[in-house]
Amino acid sequence: MRRVFTLKIDDRDVSGNEEQSVLDVARENNIFVPTLCHVDGLTAIGACRLCLVEVQGVAKLLPACTTMVREGMVIHTTSPRLAEYRKMIVEMLFTEGNHICSVCVTNGHCELQSLAVKLGVDHIRLPYLNPIREVDASHERYAFDFNRCILCTRCVRVCEEYEGAQTWGVMGRGIESEIISDLDQPWGDSKTCTSCGKCVQVCPTGALFLKGKSVTEMVKHREFLPYLATMRKVGKNGHG
Amino acid sequence: MSQRIVIDPVTRIEGHGKITIYLNEMGEVEDAQFHVTQFRGFEKFVEGRPFHEMPALMARICGICPVSHLVASAKACDELMAVTIPRVAKDLRRVMNMAQIAQSHALSFFYLTAPDLLLGMDGDPAQRNLFGMAQVNPALARDGVSLRQTGQQIIELLGGKRIHPAWIVPGGVSEPLTEEKRDKILTMIPPAIEATERALDWFKEIVVHFEREINFFANFATLYMGTVMDGNFALYDGDLRIVDADGNRIADGLDPLKYDEYIAEAVEPHSFLKSPYYKPLGYPDGIYRVGPLARLHVADRFDTPKADAEFRVFRKEHRQSSFHYHYARLIEMLYCFEKIEIILNKPDILSKHVRAFAEPNSYRGVGVSEAPRGTLMHDYEIDDNGLITRANLIIATGHNNLAMNRGVLQMARHFVKGTQIQEGMLNRVEAVIRAFDPCLSCSTHAYGQMPLAVQVVAADGAVVDQVVRG
Ligand code: SF4
Ligand code: FES
Repeated sequence: MRRVFTLKIDDRDVSGNEEQSVLDVARENNIFVPTLCHVDGLTAIGACRLCLVEVQGVAKLLPACTTMVREGMVIHTTSPRLAEYRKMIVEMLFTEGNHICSVCVTNGHCELQSLAVKLGVDHIRLPYLNPIREVDASHERYAFDFNRCILCTRCVRVCEEYEGAQTWGVMGRGIESEIISDLDQPWGDSKTCTSCGKCVQVCPTGALFLKGKSVTEMVKHREFLPYLATMRKVGKNGHG
Repeated sequence: MSQRIVIDPVTRIEGHGKITIYLNEMGEVEDAQFHVTQFRGFEKFVEGRPFHEMPALMARICGICPVSHLVASAKACDELMAVTIPRVAKDLRRVMNMAQIAQSHALSFFYLTAPDLLLGMDGDPAQRNLFGMAQVNPALARDGVSLRQTGQQIIELLGGKRIHPAWIVPGGVSEPLTEEKRDKILTMIPPAIEATERALDWFKEIVVHFEREINFFANFATLYMGTVMDGNFALYDGDLRIVDADGNRIADGLDPLKYDEYIAEAVEPHSFLKSPYYKPLGYPDGIYRVGPLARLHVADRFDTPKADAEFRVFRKEHRQSSFHYHYARLIEMLYCFEKIEIILNKPDILSKHVRAFAEPNSYRGVGVSEAPRGTLMHDYEIDDNGLITRANLIIATGHNNLAMNRGVLQMARHFVKGTQIQEGMLNRVEAVIRAFDPCLSCSTHAYGQMPLAVQVVAADGAVVDQVVRG
């Protein structure tokens, strides 16, 4: 039997069980919290910090995706401070890579782009880093454009948690971090990759895409993930 | 003491450039140069990109003729995939390309040139624009606006977005045409044809007042280069033909994909614009012109009735002055609208089969098509994974570079007297350049803006007068 808690989000009385995160409960109640690294079905890692919320009595801001609900919590998902932080995070993501929406395969279907619009990012206040990054198009069917990667690690997680291939990994630290396949070999040479394409579908930007797609044509399909997540739960619990 | 006159910026052309007029010891025009001072590096920064992105990337070279770049680039990509695209896809690309040419010609003729023709080369510069024109001849201005709109609306209906549509893709087009859109475009054609005919009538009427300009408007013998299909005037597919000023065929049936066998590019230190020339005749004797005037010289006939009739009238006389670019542009507009109508009435135009898919199958792909300003060439090389390793573009304005320079000199010799820059004189020199309708942002693939100036420079190098506008 899971314990059920009552708590307050944005002055509304809501309830959730001990296995739910603040984000889960907020979404169940149609309260919008921006997210980027999180996607339903994958382990939450709290990496992008876009889902930060204010929890009464806690000085720090906490990520909604990795904070579990507790009895009597009082949470605020919006405030001028949060709005400013979220905007800043998105701006930093834009400066860190090379995101040229107008010529991107996911233009119009990109989570980073639509979030920027939603959060009102109309200009970037920080200098662009313009890093020199390359495209890995060695795979037969897919390509990886590191210029557009925001290091959310969704690809790494889906590859490990569902496909069990562990092709993708993270190399380096901080701003030097990179997504690599196997031991930093060209993707096309990977012995572990099964070419399932799940990484391509969960990637929030145009970093992972199907070869042959032209500008604006790469629409991602993530419907498979909630389905697989349910099946996995069913498997774990025996009969559901 | 010799002196120099500089016109900067040349107004009412797309992009920016600079003209320098050199005077000799006697204060007479000695030499003139048209420089393009921007630099854009598109060829460099596409290196490493997947080739499928190229059409949309290349369309960004220019806000005026993005479709031309889309077409040439997509054709180069078709070559990289080594596919024959569905015939309907080809037809649809042609419709968009012609809509683009029509709207670009409308912009050039009605917005940029007609004010000079209507209000005179010496008219008040504040009045010599579309608005001034609207006061004197509102019907003409209205036709200009509506013709440009027609072209733009067709592009928008097909591509979804007026500037930089992503509809033309490697292998064909991304979506078939719908019945509704086809019918809508078809209703726009008859009024457009009528408006173009009115403009032609008007032009033929007033052109007699411009004898003097015609004589000095880059009026000299050059080669002409353009595309023909079985001798017919052609814009999308065909072979290149080169004729001399008297219409004699110098070369015919040239494979556009092997352009580098007969065209070489010279680089001049004073300009970022490369100067292509016809190899067999060498530099600078291999000077040639492209664009409307050249296309009307290489073709034997038009395969649409109204344009063909006008073409016959056009070719009755010797028309080597670049002033006739304007005339040629109107005939091309007429052709575009007629041809769009013919294509859209084809029974299979709504076919759902409009795109070929393939992996890269060839390391090199060249795409050539006729843009509003002339023959446009995109030449790409890729690696095993389909990433661009080299790109070379020859832009219509580039082909005309040598001719534009000579045109400026010819005009300057006849209309620049003394060291003082007078408005009418300047405007004539600029007008020569405008006759070619050069698109400088395209031709240099440049970023940023550098205005164009006219400077008069004395023999001792001193700038004796200069105009900077913009
Ligand atoms: S490639 Fe895509 S999914 Fe993977 S880390 Fe980068 S942005 Fe995230
Ligand atoms: S969504 Fe919670 S930290 Fe990224």
